[in-house]
Amino acid sequence: MNVIVLTKWVPEPEGTPKLGDDGLLVREGADGALDPGDEYGLEAALQLVETVGEGEVTLISMGPEVAHAALQRGLAMGAHNGVRITDDALRGSDSLATARVLAKAIERQDFDLVIAGVESTDGYTGTVPATIAELLSLPSLTFARELHLSDDTLTIERQTATGYDDVVSPLPAVVTVTAGATEPRYPSLKGVMAAKSKPVETLSLADLGLSADDVQPTQKVVNVTDAPPKQGGETIEADDTTPARIVEVLVEAKVL
Amino acid sequence: MKVWVWADVTEDGPSSGTLEVLTKARDLGDEVAAVALGPGAKAAAGPLGEHGATTVFASDDAVFDDHLAQPAVHALAGLVEEHQPDVMLFPTSYDARDVAGRLQARTGSTLMANATDVLGPDTARTEILGGTKIVDVELSGPAPKLVLIRPQSFEAKASGGTAEVIEVPADIPGELKNAERTERHEEESSGPRLEDAKVVVAGGRGLGGPEAFELLDKLAAAIGNAAVGASRAAVDAGWVPYSYQVGQTGKTVKPEVYLCAGISGALQHLVGMKGAKRIVAITKDADAPILKIADLGVVGDLFQVVPALTEEIEKRRTGS
Repeated sequence: MNVIVLTKWVPEPEGTPKLGDDGLLVREGADGALDPGDEYGLEAALQLVETVGEGEVTLISMGPEVAHAALQRGLAMGAHNGVRITDDALRGSDSLATARVLAKAIERQDFDLVIAGVESTDGYTGTVPATIAELLSLPSLTFARELHLSDDTLTIERQTATGYDDVVSPLPAVVTVTAGATEPRYPSLKGVMAAKSKPVETLSLADLGLSADDVQPTQKVVNVTDAPPKQGGETIEADDTTPARIVEVLVEAKVL
Repeated sequence: MKVWVWADVTEDGPSSGTLEVLTKARDLGDEVAAVALGPGAKAAAGPLGEHGATTVFASDDAVFDDHLAQPAVHALAGLVEEHQPDVMLFPTSYDARDVAGRLQARTGSTLMANATDVLGPDTARTEILGGTKIVDVELSGPAPKLVLIRPQSFEAKASGGTAEVIEVPADIPGELKNAERTERHEEESSGPRLEDAKVVVAGGRGLGGPEAFELLDKLAAAIGNAAVGASRAAVDAGWVPYSYQVGQTGKTVKPEVYLCAGISGALQHLVGMKGAKRIVAITKDADAPILKIADLGVVGDLFQVVPALTEEIEKRRTGS
């Protein structure tokens, strides 16, 4: 059972992101980390491989050199090896370019399952795993909040707006895992030490047989404006009159 | 300009997001078509026509519902190749995201997610950093430009038209029927849907555990026509199901009043609720970002304020 986990380095999730003059998020020199949304999928992958008792978890990440920190975190959690695709031509990549690059990197591996987060914490596009699945002619099982494997059949509980669906698929497949689906483990001290000697392959676009033309951005920010600030808000300390104040708001809104 | 809309349909009709997007498509294009696949599709042509579609490509075949995305994309990609729309708009839903993502691999066209407006055939607008910045994005590359629209970006308005229905063949190759939906489970709570409720009462990390959501349930019951929601922190912690989640990864709500307790106002949450007419926030953190967008911010202990508020409303109701 070999599982590939797609991982992304994102600017510090708790921090305030900055926009550059080109309207892109500033990544260079920013503090960053493994996307917290990826840890749930990685945990699911580790559990699957541990349950089956054989196989490896491989991390694949596209990003600048600093993205190495995200791979290190994943390796420290227990992934066996990593692949990082770094190329100057990939700066500002859109979702199609990202999917093309990751699909090519996945193809080079021997795998049964590809796991990704539902969407990244910095971009929120949420379509890249489905695009990758189509490029690889694989089924995509998205929004999994639970995964069960029996022989070569994967069953997931797929989150819906009103509950969940049971979805069944043979392998190989692409799965996206929701935040909260698993309880991601913390790296042990041993894990952190071991991560340093685990193999990480670094690839360029050319290594994947792609050229800069294949990853031409198709989106350009042409205008950035500040949203109008909220007017007339008021903040008060809670006291005995607070319930009456809130009731006033409800009455003004004609909902009481 | 040919503008197409991906229609999310069930036996109950098209989704509200679909009709919102269609209303926009009507303003944008002179030829507006919708693609509706799965049980309920043909019946949905009525409301789809009323909201601006002049053509509805439809199939009621269950294959589009029983298997995730792949059969739908197979049919859709064929239609797109034949008719060459300039723009294809999608409501943001679980299934539409998958369809848009997979279609992109077929067409090699650009895909913009989380759009809040479409300004023309090649420009879409989005809001980032919790809605504090408005960003206009120019789209290039092969047609159709694929744009996923955030819920409640437009108001759905019927224009009274009718649509011609064109049957879509449902001959789907076997290898595209791998991911099979075998059963559906409903977990909806009682009361109005989050998206429809006049009042949303929401809780976050500050509630400290699942028990405290009972306080919000009681408050919602006292107000009436109120739904209970939650921040991602509360959902990730497992205190309430995902269907409660308001925010980037969850639902977008625009109620008359959004009353939240124990929510600091992370960017990811603000996106889902900042369109509320009135925002009341109760938090013990005087520095919480939610206070910057609240009409009434209350700095204090929610475990005192919420029950006291419930009592005040009940008193009002009984007139005592």
